Amino acid sequence: MATAYDIAMTQGQPEEDSSVPVVAVENLRKTFGILKVLDGINLSVNRGETLAVLGRSGAGKSVLLRLIIGIETPDSGSVFIHGQNIAGLAIDQMGTIRKKIGFLFQHAALYDSLTVAENVAFPLDHHRRDMPRSERGDRVKQLLAEVGMEGDFRKLPSDISGGMQKRVGLARALALEPEILLLDEPTAGLDPISSGEIDELILKLQRERQMASIVVTHDLHSARTIADRLALLDQGNVVIEGKFEDLQQSNIGFVAEFLKHS
Amino acid sequence: MLSVVNSATGLVNGFFEWFGNLGIFSWNVLKAGATPPYEWQELIRQLDEVGSKSLPLVAMAGAAIGVVISLEARYSLSRFGAKSMFPATLVYSVLQVMGPIITGLVICGRVGAGIGAELASMKVTEQIDAIEACAINPYRLLAATRILACILMLPLLTLGTDACALLTGWFAQTLVEPLSFHQFIQAGFKGSTFNAFLPQTFKTAVYGLIIGLIACFQGMRTRGGAEGVGRAATNSVVLGSLFVILADVVLVKFILVVFP
Repeated sequence: MATAYDIAMTQGQPEEDSSVPVVAVENLRKTFGILKVLDGINLSVNRGETLAVLGRSGAGKSVLLRLIIGIETPDSGSVFIHGQNIAGLAIDQMGTIRKKIGFLFQHAALYDSLTVAENVAFPLDHHRRDMPRSERGDRVKQLLAEVGMEGDFRKLPSDISGGMQKRVGLARALALEPEILLLDEPTAGLDPISSGEIDELILKLQRERQMASIVVTHDLHSARTIADRLALLDQGNVVIEGKFEDLQQSNIGFVAEFLKHS
Repeated sequence: MLSVVNSATGLVNGFFEWFGNLGIFSWNVLKAGATPPYEWQELIRQLDEVGSKSLPLVAMAGAAIGVVISLEARYSLSRFGAKSMFPATLVYSVLQVMGPIITGLVICGRVGAGIGAELASMKVTEQIDAIEACAINPYRLLAATRILACILMLPLLTLGTDACALLTGWFAQTLVEPLSFHQFIQAGFKGSTFNAFLPQTFKTAVYGLIIGLIACFQGMRTRGGAEGVGRAATNSVVLGSLFVILADVVLVKFILVVFP
């Protein structure tokens, strides 16, 4: 299935430099009061690649995602999307960047007054107003089918389980055919079977859409399954970055301890 | 002594910080609301939410006020032998004084608390962040539409309050001393011009601005869970009511100067 990126390429839009990472953060720092959350993080993700960011609770993993999408602003450092620094962009300029990014929140953050279908249709209703209503409806059905929720489109978020909410959140994140997917704890709080289903779903979507993905998790099993690379955060810094085997062979005490308890 | 000074400094800082943040919030809402794409669908939904759904409440409040003013006015005017002034007194009291302020306070209670709690709940459950992540400006979608709906609906609801108050005021009078509605209206509005009543009705648009702005501001800056939501709803009503009353003082003087 052709992604928005593919369509843009075939329509002759200016080709993005493939040597430039889709997402890159440089020397990113963020503090909340006296709490130093991120202390000079450097990471990058290329097209079709999945990076899992691991770490203990409160290590700043979710904050990293919020900084990338611009919901939080860094104290210093830069976030580049397709080589463009997002610092200082006005809210509407940032909107143009955000249309390229799909974001799955830790607790799904579905709009509780809207049905499942309306939640998925929400980005389309605001950004694809030129698309006929029936076509938008078909797109919503297709997205819900992709995440295995086609039978629940009339339900409210309060009427479905946590795992189902995450699936709907994922469908909403994919509605605008993003080039970048940010997933905040996609399997947190789910039973092992639901976690496995979500992992398989993410893998399937990655194969089909070739997005650049960053997955924040402390579920090592899930990270191993879906990610090409892993980055382990501790005390605001990247302790190690590489494949799972690199983490296994590391002599760093924190890495060994993290693997031992995961 | 030092702790008292520190507390006082903290209060003063908090006071200025609150107004500073309100100013920044207002500017963001103004910028977002004045530029396309406009959220017409959400605006219509909010007009219904603020307007149609509040009408029964303001109508009942107006009806009660009409009866109370009727009873009080008849008693007082009888004592001074000025019963013939009853229609004009009722019309003046309702349209110039009680109708606008009662509507403002009732709407502040219903709509202010509703907006404050709704937006606060959306904030603590990351729904506002999700709107932003979907590349939609939450100031435009959530705040500008609600504030504009309050501005547009308050004068119309005030007319509803006024109409009900005059109707029940006349009805209460008629039960004691029969008077046709036509005669009552003619006597009540005798010698009056639109200038006497329109500014008083349309000043409620300012109340709408205050109610909507404060409720959206309190809701969208909420932190904390259920407690934060409760605090936002309470603050929306308390601060909204306070500022509506303070604005009334300024607006009454302003109207007296501009429309003598």
